[in-house]
Amino acid sequence: MSSRRSPYLTLTAILVYAFLYLPIVILVVFAFNSSRQNIQFEGIVNREPCGPFYWFCQLFQNKDAMDATWNTLRIAVVSTLISTVLGTMAALALQRHTFRLKLFAETSLYIPIVIPEIVMGIGILVLFNAVFRFINTTFDLEPAQRLALGIGTVIVSHTAFSIPFVTLTVRARLHSFDRAVEEAAADLGANEWMTFRRITLPLILPGVLAGAMLAFTLSLDDFIITFFTSGPGSTTLPIYVYGLLRRTVTPEVNALSTVWILVVFVALLISNRVQRRAS
Amino acid sequence: MLQRLRESKSLQGTLLATPAMLWMIVLLIVPLILIVITSFGRRDPDGNVIYTFTLDNYVRLAGATEECQTLGDFLSGAVQAVVNPAAPTCFNSLYADILLRSLWLALMTTIATIVLGYPLAYYVARAPAKRRNLLLFMILIPLWTNFVIRVYAWMRILRTFDLLYTPEAVLIGMIYEFIPFMILPMYTSLEKIDPALYEAAADLGANSLRTFLRVTLPLSLPGVVAGTLLVFVPVMGTFVVSDILGGRQYVLVGNLIQRQFLDARDPTFGSAASIILMGMTLIVMIIYTRKFGLGEEVVVT
Repeated sequence: MSSRRSPYLTLTAILVYAFLYLPIVILVVFAFNSSRQNIQFEGIVNREPCGPFYWFCQLFQNKDAMDATWNTLRIAVVSTLISTVLGTMAALALQRHTFRLKLFAETSLYIPIVIPEIVMGIGILVLFNAVFRFINTTFDLEPAQRLALGIGTVIVSHTAFSIPFVTLTVRARLHSFDRAVEEAAADLGANEWMTFRRITLPLILPGVLAGAMLAFTLSLDDFIITFFTSGPGSTTLPIYVYGLLRRTVTPEVNALSTVWILVVFVALLISNRVQRRAS
Repeated sequence: MLQRLRESKSLQGTLLATPAMLWMIVLLIVPLILIVITSFGRRDPDGNVIYTFTLDNYVRLAGATEECQTLGDFLSGAVQAVVNPAAPTCFNSLYADILLRSLWLALMTTIATIVLGYPLAYYVARAPAKRRNLLLFMILIPLWTNFVIRVYAWMRILRTFDLLYTPEAVLIGMIYEFIPFMILPMYTSLEKIDPALYEAAADLGANSLRTFLRVTLPLSLPGVVAGTLLVFVPVMGTFVVSDILGGRQYVLVGNLIQRQFLDARDPTFGSAASIILMGMTLIVMIIYTRKFGLGEEVVVT
């Protein structure tokens, strides 16, 4: 079969792969640029401290970048935990139970897919502004106590758009689930909670983990929703980089991107191994 | 109470689904309703929203300026602006241009990602099973490096070719950002095709072009439809690529909305623009899915 494959197809595939990777290679190369303006490559940097890794060391001493990293991780971890639990519960409900408003629940899962993110972003912004203004004026709060956009609002918003993705992923797994195993457990005297913990959960775990990973990466990668729901103290990495791009860009941004790409690469490798072992 | 809970499947279902549903109602559905309400409002000089019912924002978006006295003035102005752009009219084509530009860019990006992505998806789907995982993995890696970082990666290349801050730069950036979302669903449906079908087609005397047109293409259509959903909708709504690669004067609907909320501080006009954006996206998607089906099986798996 592969012997009949046309050379033109192979060539096109190679070109598209080159298109995908060329920008990334250039990005990484420029992280070692000796020119601070970073417009042309003027040789590999070799400056104290750290020699060729000068920009990486600068990056790790940059408080703004480190704060943004910390915020990004905190937001991703918390929103992933909440959306995985709630999304899995909803998937169980949708797959196994009939209840009122089920059709409404199913339809609303597709909102984040069919509605442009910017519309959701400004909608949430308008909501928070209205609610906060109401609370702040009704209770006449001191400036320091006033509710404002911050890390909490970002977490809440990320959770909202992650839930449907978790639910859809877990549901796909539940679809191929043989309920006879659960009945067997019940016949053997296990109560419902025990059946869930010992039988159901382990069997749907790959789906739950896949959903959690999706939620985590959606949160890490999100720009638009974060842009509208974050405040001064809750800058995430994408927002931080965006801010830099509109001013001057030193090779530090390239160093930051390189670290990001490396971390993603390693994480993908590990998850690939784990998934292969699970199946 | 506990007894009732144990027996009632419907009550269990409601309880399990409620937290997720409440979260989504408050943060996805209520905001959408708020935007609709805000779009009919007006802003006071401080930038605060006054909730009334006025169509002013939509009238302004349609291109009617204060010089338009009647609907007739506006319509003839609009026609004149198309026929003879130099003639002075009361019609202001600024926003119509922005909407059309966004629609055009989304269409071009979708077509380009299909044309460039299809051969790659096909190549990966028909590669030996052992190598397939690695090839797929290689498509995922660029997708998982951050969205903003991917835009930045193009800044330098485009500057080298003197393309930075041009419409072409925005198109290239959009293609790069969204092509993995097109390749993956196309791959999923191409991979499902039973190789026996190709052999059967060959046995029946079909040449490779005919096999492609009559077997491969129809069977992979759900993937193309799903990919289109995943590319068209976000391209219509993003403002980062145009902001960084297109420069200040290249404005898409996304940029328009963003500026109304941050620089111009007129949330009511920004809301009206996002209602129009949402409406345009939905109409295009409905026409498209009516014609080609939903491609749903691929979205879910």
